Amino acid sequence: MLKQMEGSRAVAEAVGLCRPEVICAYPISPQTHIVEGLSELVKEGRIDNCEFINVESEFAALSVAIGSSAAGARSYTATASQGLLYMAEAVYNASGLGLPIVMTIGNRALGAPINIWNDHSDAMSMRDSGWIQLFAESNQEAVDLHIQAFRLAEEISCPVMVNMDGFILTHAYERIDMPRQEQVDAFLPPFEPIQMLDPARPVSIGAMVGPEVYAEVRYLAHYKHLQALERIPVIAEEFQARFGRASGGLIRPYRTEGAELIVLALGSVNGAIKDVVDQMRADGHKVGSITVCSFRPFPLDALRQLLQGVRRIVVVEKNLSLGIGGILANNVRMSLRGLEQPVFTVIAGLGGRPITMHGLQECFTKALAGTLEELHFLDLDWEIIRRELHHARSERRSGPVAENMLKLRLQGRSDV
Amino acid sequence: MSDENAPEQKVKFYQKGTYTVGNRLVNVRQRSVQASMDRSNSLTCGHRACQGCGEALGARYAIDAAMRATNNQLIAINATGCLEVFTTPYPETSWQIPWMHSLFGNAAAVAAGVAAAMRVKGLKQVRTIAQGGDGGTMDIGFGCLSGMFERNDDVLYICYDNEAYMNTGVQRSSATPVAARTATTPAMGANPGNSFNSGKNLPLIAMAHNIPYVATASVAALHDLEAKVTRAMSLHGARYLHIHVPCPLGWGSAPHDTIQVARLAIKSGLFPLIEAEHGMVTATVPIRQPVPVTDYLKLQKRFAHLLRGGEENARKLAAIQTIADNNIKRFNLVRKEAPRV
Amino acid sequence: MYKPFAITLDVGSSLVNHTGSWRTERPVFVHRLPPCNAACPAGENIQGWLYHAEEGNYHLAWQEIMKENPLPAIMGRCCYHSCERACNRTRLDETVGIHAVERFLGDQAIQHGWSVTKAPPAHCGKVLIVGSGPAGLSAAYHLLRLGHEVEIREAAAKPGGLLRYGIPRYRLPRKVLDAEIDRIIQMGAVLRLSTPVTDLLEVIREGNFQATFVALGAQKSRWVDLPNDGSIPISDAIQMLRSLEDEIAPSRLQGKRVAVYGGGNVAVDAARSAIRLGAAEVTILYRRSREKMPAHSFEVKEAVEEAVQLKCLRTVEGIQQGQLVLEERVLTDGNEPLPTGRREFMAADLLILALGQEVDTDCCLAELPEINLLAGNLQVDATMMTGRDGLYAGGDMVPSERNITVAVGHGKLAARHIDARLRGTTYTPPATAKPATFERLNTWYFADAPSTHQPVLSLIRRQSGFEEVLGDLDESNALFEARRCLSCGNCFECDNCYGACPDNAIAKLGPGRGFAIKYDYCKGCGLCIAECPCGAIEAVPEEI
Repeated sequence: MLKQMEGSRAVAEAVGLCRPEVICAYPISPQTHIVEGLSELVKEGRIDNCEFINVESEFAALSVAIGSSAAGARSYTATASQGLLYMAEAVYNASGLGLPIVMTIGNRALGAPINIWNDHSDAMSMRDSGWIQLFAESNQEAVDLHIQAFRLAEEISCPVMVNMDGFILTHAYERIDMPRQEQVDAFLPPFEPIQMLDPARPVSIGAMVGPEVYAEVRYLAHYKHLQALERIPVIAEEFQARFGRASGGLIRPYRTEGAELIVLALGSVNGAIKDVVDQMRADGHKVGSITVCSFRPFPLDALRQLLQGVRRIVVVEKNLSLGIGGILANNVRMSLRGLEQPVFTVIAGLGGRPITMHGLQECFTKALAGTLEELHFLDLDWEIIRRELHHARSERRSGPVAENMLKLRLQGRSDV
Repeated sequence: MSDENAPEQKVKFYQKGTYTVGNRLVNVRQRSVQASMDRSNSLTCGHRACQGCGEALGARYAIDAAMRATNNQLIAINATGCLEVFTTPYPETSWQIPWMHSLFGNAAAVAAGVAAAMRVKGLKQVRTIAQGGDGGTMDIGFGCLSGMFERNDDVLYICYDNEAYMNTGVQRSSATPVAARTATTPAMGANPGNSFNSGKNLPLIAMAHNIPYVATASVAALHDLEAKVTRAMSLHGARYLHIHVPCPLGWGSAPHDTIQVARLAIKSGLFPLIEAEHGMVTATVPIRQPVPVTDYLKLQKRFAHLLRGGEENARKLAAIQTIADNNIKRFNLVRKEAPRV
Repeated sequence: MYKPFAITLDVGSSLVNHTGSWRTERPVFVHRLPPCNAACPAGENIQGWLYHAEEGNYHLAWQEIMKENPLPAIMGRCCYHSCERACNRTRLDETVGIHAVERFLGDQAIQHGWSVTKAPPAHCGKVLIVGSGPAGLSAAYHLLRLGHEVEIREAAAKPGGLLRYGIPRYRLPRKVLDAEIDRIIQMGAVLRLSTPVTDLLEVIREGNFQATFVALGAQKSRWVDLPNDGSIPISDAIQMLRSLEDEIAPSRLQGKRVAVYGGGNVAVDAARSAIRLGAAEVTILYRRSREKMPAHSFEVKEAVEEAVQLKCLRTVEGIQQGQLVLEERVLTDGNEPLPTGRREFMAADLLILALGQEVDTDCCLAELPEINLLAGNLQVDATMMTGRDGLYAGGDMVPSERNITVAVGHGKLAARHIDARLRGTTYTPPATAKPATFERLNTWYFADAPSTHQPVLSLIRRQSGFEEVLGDLDESNALFEARRCLSCGNCFECDNCYGACPDNAIAKLGPGRGFAIKYDYCKGCGLCIAECPCGAIEAVPEEI
C-alpha cells in the first residue's frame, strides 16, 4: 500500500509489522520520531502484545533489549550519535551474547562539537562491535531493511543495526510502499531463539572466557558474519520475490558496465551519486556506482569482482577516521588487495554539510583525469583552516577550534 | 513430631537452637529453606569464591529462598563482579538456575527486559531477579537500578553489599564505610582509610521511589533473610533487597568469622535490619544483645588503624558509634521484643 | 538446546572443580564429653538421653538412662545433681533441670510399666550381693542385664537401704522407691529380706557364688561426748530418719524445741523431718559459716522456708538445766572459725546429732584377714575389688564422696568388672572424650531464659506432712526443659553447618543420620566450626 509519510514513521510502522515483543525507547535526535511512532502504535493497540518501555538511557535501552531478547522476545530499539556511544558497552555485549536484536540508527555526527546533523561517524564507531550493519539508501529501503533485518538476525543469532541517514531520511516525507501484515508474517516467522533463559532448561549465559578459548569464541562470532555474507543476498532475493522490489543485499551496482570510474558510498548519498552518474554517462563518461548496503559484514569478494579492472575508484564517505582518512575507502582497498587500482577518498557531508551534485561531479571528473588527491575533502573551506592554523601556530592555545575562532571574533580580531 | 503435617509449633525463643538454620524439634515448615534436604542449591559446589565468602553464602540463601517462593520458576541476571566471576569461569558454572551475565552496570535493566519478555509471553509464573555487588548496584549500576525502580518493573534486585570493589582488589565504593582501608583509601597519612563522607544509603533511596518492597538483610540472620525474600516474591513490581555480606579478603577478617562479623554489624547497630513497603518502614528487627561498634570493628584489619589509640582515633570511633546510635534511634532497634532471627 | 560455545554453560558443571584442594585444615565432626556427663557419678549419658527426651521420645530417653542407671525416678528426686552444677547453661542463664526431666522419665516408666529385658543367660554366673541399697541394687541390675544370676541379701525388713531408711518420704515417695526396686526384682533377682549376713564365706560357699559384692553403707553415726546433766535427751539423725519409715505420726515432736547439730544433708533432712513431726522450733547448729555448710544450698533454702532456723558459727559445749551451752565462733581472714570463748544458752527439748556416719566395723567383713575396716577405709582397687579375690565392695563403705549417685556408679562399675571376671576377660572402660567446654559453644543460637522450676508444694503442706515436696513436671514442662539442653560437644542436627557453608560442601543425611562433609569441595574456611552451636566440629590440620 502506497503512503506518503515521514521516514521515521514509515520505519516505525515497518517495525510494528515485524511484531516486536519488547521495544525500548530513549529519545535522541534524529531517531526520536521512530520510537514516538512506535509508542503510538503500541498505545493504539496496533502492535499486538508488545511491551513498550521508556528507559532512562541508551545504555539501559539496549540492556533491556538484551534481557528481553535473551528471554526469547523479539526486541527492538533505536538510537543515534551520542546515544550509540553511551550504549557502546552494551552494543558489544549484545553481539558477544549472540542476541538477535534489531536497532535503528538515525545516523548523526559525534561531538564535540555537538552536532545533531547527519554523517556516519556514529555507525563507524561501532564497526567492530560484531553487529551486522546495513545502510538504507532511501526510506523505502529503510522500511524493507528492517523486515529483512529481523529475519537475518534471528537466522544467525546476531544483532543487526539498520542505518538510515538522520534528517535526510528520518525526517523526509516520501512515498512509501508499506507492506501488508500478512506479507510480513509470511516472510518473517515467529522468533525461535537458539537459546534462552528458561526455567525448564536452565543454562548459564555470559560466562567469563579466558585466553584458552577466547580467540575461538571470537572466530565463531566472525563466522556469523561470513554466514551473513551468504544469507543477505538470499534474503534480499526472497524479499524481492515476495514484495516485488529489490531492497537490501550486499551491494547494488548502478551502471557499472564497462565503467572506467566507479563511485562507492553508503546510504542516501547514493541517490545524488546516481544522478551524477546519469549526467556523466550522458556526457559520454564511462562512470558507474555501487551502493554498499552491507558494511558489516563487508562484501570483499562481491566488490572485488565488480571492481577488478576498473581504472578509477572513488569512495564518497560521511566519516573521517582521524589520522588516516575514510573508513569505507580503506575497506574497499582491502577488497582490492594485490591489485594496483588507486582508491580515492572523498570525505563529504560531515556534520550535515550538504553534498552537491556539482561538487561530486567535479570530484569524479578530476578522478577520471587522474588529478584528484587520494584523500579529498569535499567543499572544505581551506581559508578558515589556513587562518586557524596560522593562529594556532602563533598563539598556542588549547581547546576546540570552533571555540577559539569565536573567542577571537569577540576580541574584535578583524582577521578572523 | 517433625513431619510436614504436624501442627504448627510455638517456637520458644529460649529453647535449643531457636536461631539455628534448622531445628529437628520444630515443624518442617518452620525451618529455614537452607535446612531442607531438597533446597535447590542454586549456587552449588566447585565455585571459586574465597574461603568464607559472605557473598557466596548470601547468594545461595537468597536464591534458594526465591526458588522455593516461586516453585523454581526463576531467572537471575547478574552484574559483573565477584559473584559472576567466581561462579562462571569457562568451562564451569556453579549456577543451577537460568542465569545470565551481561555487564557491570546494567543488571537491573537486563532484568527489566527479562521481566518484560515474561509479561509479553504470558509467563506470569516465571519471576526475575537481578543481583550484583555494591559497586554494580550503588555506583555504576545506579542509573539502571533507579530506572527499574521508577518504572516499577517486576524485578527483585538483590545487592550483596561487601562494601567495596572486591573483584578488582578491594577499591573504595560508595558503600565503603568511613575510615575503612581499601586499596584506594589506604591506611596512610593524617587521615588513613576512607574519608568521613556523608555516605549513600541505598535502601532509603530505594524507598524514596515508593516501590512495593525494600528490605535489608544479613547472612547472619538467615530466617529473617528468607522471610524477606519470600515476602518480596509474594509481591509484584520493583523490589529491592540489600544483603550485608562480609568479605574476609577485603575486610581483613578471618574466613570463619564471616557470619560473626555480619552478626556484630547488626548487634552494633551499624547494619539495621529493616523492611519497607511503598516507601514506609513496616518492620525493623530489634537488636538482641547490643554491642559497641568496636566489637564489630576489631575483627577487621581494614579498621586496625582506628584501634591504635590516641585522641584522634577516639574521636573517630565516637563518630562511628554515633552512626550506629543514630541508626538505633532512627529505627528503634533496641526495644523489648523477641527478634525474628 | 544448542548452546553457544564457551559463553553458555551447562548448569552445575562446576562440580568438576574440586576446591577441596585449597584446604589447609579440615573440619571433622566430633563427640566431646558434656560437663553434665563428666560430672555424673553414675556415668549417665545425660546429653544423650536429653536428645531423645527433647524429641518427646521418652521411652528411648528412659532406655538411654537405664543403660547406666536403674533408678531414674529415685535419682531424679534424691540425687544431688552434680550434673546441674557443671551444666554449661549456667553460664548462659540457669542450669538445665536435668533431675526434673530424669524424674519425669522415671515416673513415665513407672506409669507405663516400661521394663528392661534381661540378656539371654549365656555365660551366666552367680553373684551374691550383700545390701540392697543403691550400690547393691545397681550392681544387681547391671549383672542381670549382663546375663548373670543375682541374689541380694538384706538385713532389714524392706529393701532400699539408705534410700528407704535415710531419705525422708517427702523427698522420695515410697511408691516410687518400691516401683523401681520391684522392676529390678522382676528382672529375676533373688531378694532375701531380714537376712543379715554374718558368716560371709559360709554364705558364698553354700550358695556357690562366683563373686560377691558387698555394699553395707555407712550406718554408724558419729557421736560426741558432751558434758551433759541429762536434762535434754540426745538422739542421732540416722536413727531418727530410720524410725520415720515405720512411724510418721505428725504429733511425735508436737510442741518440742529441737536442735540439730551438724551442717550436712542428713542434718537438714532431720531438721525438716522434725518440722513435719510437729516440732515448735527447729534450729540447726553448725560450727562454720552458712556458706560452708556441706548440705546443698537449695535444701537449706527450702528448710529455711519451712521455718527451720540456722545458727551458724556455734559449737555445742554441753547440756545444762534444759539448755544447750553454745560457744560462739568467729571467722578469721582465712575463713576459719575460731572459738571466742563467748557462751550462749539455748533452751531445747531434744538434741539430734548429725555429725556424719562411719562404716560399721562390726559386720560380715570384719573377720576377713585381707580386709581392713579400721580407720573407716575399706580399700578397693580400680575394679572395685577388695583385697580378697572375687570380693567386691562399693557405696558409702568405700572411700569416695558418699551419695546415692556415687553408689549407683560403684554398683555399675563393679558389675562390669564382675561380668568380665566371670567371662574370663577384662573390662576396659571406654576412653573419655575431651571436654565440651563452654568456650567451644556458639551461644548466639540459644537465647536467655530461666529454667522451669518444678512447682513446689505449698509451704503449709510441706510443713504438715510427708507429701512430696517437689511436684511432678507435666509433659510440656519436661519437654521444654529437655529442650533447653545445649547439647554440648555433640551434634543435635540444627543444620547450622549445612546452612553456613558457602561452598555447599556439607551434605545433610537425614533425620538421625547427621551430616557428612564433602571434602572434595570443602575449602576449610571454618565457618561450620564457628557457627556450630554445640562445638561438635573441630579443625584438623591437613597433611600433604
